[in-house]
Amino acid sequence: MSVNNPNWKPKIVAFCCNWCSYAGADLAGSGRMNYPADVKIIRVPCSCRVNPLFILRAFERGADGVIICGCHPGDCHYTSGNYYARRRLTMLFSLLDYLGIERDRTRVEWVSAAEGAKFAKTMNEFVETIYSLGENRKLSDIRCKKS
Amino acid sequence: MQEIMNRMKARAIALLADGTVSRVMGWEKGEGEYDWSPALFENAEEMEAFVYGDYAGANLSKYCLKLGKLEGKTLVILKPCDTLSFKQLIHEHRLEREKFYIIGAGCTGMKDEKGALLKCNACKSKEFAIYDEIIDSEESRKPTGVMDRMAGVADLEQMTAQERYDFWQGELSRCIRCNACRNVCPACTCIKCVFDNPASGVQSKAPVTSFEENMFHIIRAYHVAGRCTDCGECSRVCPQNIPLHLLNRKLIKDMNELYGEYQAGEGDEERTPLTSYTKEDAEPGIVHERGRA
Repeated sequence: MSVNNPNWKPKIVAFCCNWCSYAGADLAGSGRMNYPADVKIIRVPCSCRVNPLFILRAFERGADGVIICGCHPGDCHYTSGNYYARRRLTMLFSLLDYLGIERDRTRVEWVSAAEGAKFAKTMNEFVETIYSLGENRKLSDIRCKKS
Repeated sequence: MQEIMNRMKARAIALLADGTVSRVMGWEKGEGEYDWSPALFENAEEMEAFVYGDYAGANLSKYCLKLGKLEGKTLVILKPCDTLSFKQLIHEHRLEREKFYIIGAGCTGMKDEKGALLKCNACKSKEFAIYDEIIDSEESRKPTGVMDRMAGVADLEQMTAQERYDFWQGELSRCIRCNACRNVCPACTCIKCVFDNPASGVQSKAPVTSFEENMFHIIRAYHVAGRCTDCGECSRVCPQNIPLHLLNRKLIKDMNELYGEYQAGEGDEERTPLTSYTKEDAEPGIVHERGRA
């Protein structure tokens, strides 16, 4: 927990779709809106490229929160990718919750290319939440940690 | 059941004799009284060892994957719930229908040394999803399920997150990673499994805590989401008695609630809840909202 380690900083993985959210993140940057550097963005072609295994792997290797950003439903560059992602991620989050993993460590947010402000706001909120939850112990695997 | 077995044996020998099928997939007695193992019979002499009855709990659908690649037809004996797994494999183009002759076997509920099997306590149906002929009796058409299938899941859902975590930690920490649940599962048909990955970072490293096999169980359950017919084989074969079906049933329950009732392998529709969508689907936030009200 963060209480044990005063130097603890959360590691947050953000999967951003190339067409909307990554451009939204870009806009947040060029608009000089602040969001925490704890967020590491991984660019994916579409939110449905995010294999649920990616999310679990991120947690396994020490991420404290994972957020998936994609185009708004109906606006997918590939027409229907985010609809599939929506069902898949709902099921995964539900299963994680069922296993007693804090449900707030995972999140999905639809961010368009024009929503730089929303991107920055979402990330600020999410980092705040992860700070309050503390370090991810339940899903991390110490064997994967780099010393 | 004895009568069903005798009819089945006679029919199988007849089909072997006239060349319709080249082999028979059934059960034989194993080492223990309750231990009936899946077995392959290729002629009438071998068929002497054939058994069918209260301990023929194993689902033979998974064995069909390899049998389907052999020359000639295979006779396979499927109980009503097994036909769902078989049909699901046909939907997924893992099996060719023409390679099999299916005898639907009447079932009055299977047992093991501890009594009725878990899957039989909550029997889904006595209907055969797919068959060439049915050998059953008046008795075997009566429903046997006595329990609510989702009762265990609903109990867990009532707990707090920490209680659920403690429950699963207690259960999953017993896992010895024997992979029996993966190997027996008729929906787990990847030729190369993601867990046989030498670059995973955890292979050949001893676990530090007892709960590090959790990843395996999350992925195992999730990977068959929408394709799992709830045949209960994972829990049946687990040497550590981990209630793995509770994970699968949770996913089935959620999909039924959010995306409409669906039973894998039942209909002729090849699309599963996770390979289709509607524009009005619930947002993933529904999980976060749940229980917060």
